Amino acid sequence: MLVIKDLQVSYGAITALHGISLEVREGEIVALIGANGAGKSTTLRTISGLVRPALRTSRITFRGETLFGHDANGKYRAALPHRLVEMGISHVPEGRRIFPAMTVRENLLMGAYSRRDRRLSEAFERVYVRFPRLKERAGQVAGTLSGGEQQMLAMGRALMSRPRLMLMDEPSMGLAPMLVEEIFSIIDEINADGTTVLLVEQNAQMALSVADRAYVLETGHIALSGAAEELARDESVRKAYLGE
Amino acid sequence: MAQFLQQMVNGLALGSIYALIALGYTMVYGIIALINFAYGEIYMFGAFTGLFLVLTWKANLYLAIFGAMAFTTVLGLVVERVAYRPLRRSRNAGRLSALISAIGASIFLSTLMVLLHGPATTGFPTLFQNRNFVLGGASISLYQILIIGVSALLMVGLDLFVRYTKTGRAMRALSQDADAAALMGVNTDLMIAITFAIGSALAGAAGVLAGIYFNAVQPYMGLMAGLKAFAAAVLGGIGSIPGAVVGGLLIGLAEIMGVAAKLSDWKDAFAFAILILVLLVKPSGLLGRSIIKKV
Ligand SMILES: Nc1ncnc2c1ncn2[C@@H]1O[C@H](COP(=O)(O)OP(=O)(O)O)[C@@H](O)[C@H]1O
Ligand SMILES: [Mg+2]
Repeated sequence: MLVIKDLQVSYGAITALHGISLEVREGEIVALIGANGAGKSTTLRTISGLVRPALRTSRITFRGETLFGHDANGKYRAALPHRLVEMGISHVPEGRRIFPAMTVRENLLMGAYSRRDRRLSEAFERVYVRFPRLKERAGQVAGTLSGGEQQMLAMGRALMSRPRLMLMDEPSMGLAPMLVEEIFSIIDEINADGTTVLLVEQNAQMALSVADRAYVLETGHIALSGAAEELARDESVRKAYLGE
Repeated sequence: MAQFLQQMVNGLALGSIYALIALGYTMVYGIIALINFAYGEIYMFGAFTGLFLVLTWKANLYLAIFGAMAFTTVLGLVVERVAYRPLRRSRNAGRLSALISAIGASIFLSTLMVLLHGPATTGFPTLFQNRNFVLGGASISLYQILIIGVSALLMVGLDLFVRYTKTGRAMRALSQDADAAALMGVNTDLMIAITFAIGSALAGAAGVLAGIYFNAVQPYMGLMAGLKAFAAAVLGGIGSIPGAVVGGLLIGLAEIMGVAAKLSDWKDAFAFAILILVLLVKPSGLLGRSIIKKV
């Protein structure tokens, strides 16, 4: 579904990604784990068009369409961030990035911004069933929600566009253990409903427990990849990321 | 007391004009943290468009206002396209380049009008007979009612637009978090263009109203009005829409009160004294967000 080939990204003189390749297949949950500063967010931000690849030979395709890089006709393409959500990619950014001065309902409406159909009540209903708290707080200003509620809002907002692929950047960040469990079981449900997920996490244990496959990112390189279960048993992964 | 009430009426009328221009400053700033200094000149072009429509096509009041708004909308879009958008695209252009470009656009527009029309001041033909109404000891003229009424109507319209339409919501989202808005599918360039268009339309309307009120239209009228409106936007809290309205009205009142206190030689200085004071004491302004966070 999503194929990344030789992606290199720099911020000025700093190279954040040194040519990584990865793939997400339809229906999967793929985890991208790694330490702080490894380049996980940069990977997601590049897929979303917020950051541009440093090389024109880097290539990202989604459902066969070229987002970045040379297409079949040899023409260079670089998708604009606001077009990606229309194509079916929805990004839950690091730190939630909800619209703090808007109500919960308005935030969700923003999630449906790219939709041209008028069946928004159905989308609201689906999100409210998954996150009943958001329904209770529909009229509340989002900036006053708790951290966990803000994470739910960010996820609900991303679901409003009915994405095929969801990019999630550290959904567990700063949340109490019980909430982390809840968030991960919701990710599992979202996936079971047919949404493919690329999940970035520092919490490797939780990520590997829900993922089908995983990639380990170390300072801009893919160090390891494989089935999540196998990686969870891998000696070096256990040492470096599972605190053993 | 009656004297005071009278100054209030005069101040509100003048302040409404500043408020209309200030709305443009504040909306653009809220979205891209840029001061579009050309709004003063767009206001001036609005006044001239109204004048032109009345003189050559015998347009009535409403046509003059609508025509001026339509023309300045296009002018605002052109200014954004030519003077600002290329700088946003360039990696090397910083905030200072945008500011210089803004000032360049202002000078270009006022000079262009001098070429088209000459530097002289032209009076506004009488569109309707002015009359005075007495209200609790103060008199309010039909012109003042017109200015306050049209301004209030435009401001309420803007408020409803920003609050309840999909585009208005996207503009607010963009001003709160540009990256997150882009992830929702908001086309930043389009929203910036719409914001420039709205601000320019309001400034255009203000130009016609001012032309009628002062019975004077000239190519450099935008400089002072633009700067005072900028002071108004800062006073109210740059980035805040209600702030621009409050700031505009307060600057108008301060100016009129100053004149009433026999300080009319200093008429133009009050706005700037207030501006400096606000920047020293409370840079976020009366209704602004305390943290102005911009990328
Ligand atoms: N906006 C930026 N400007 C400069 N360097 C950045 C920027 N964002 C990230 N980096 C650098 O790129 C590297 C990867 O960062 P990031 O993708 O945020 O890592 P992660 O999400 O894995 O913690 C880090 O070295 C970080 O310092
Ligand atoms: Mg990160």
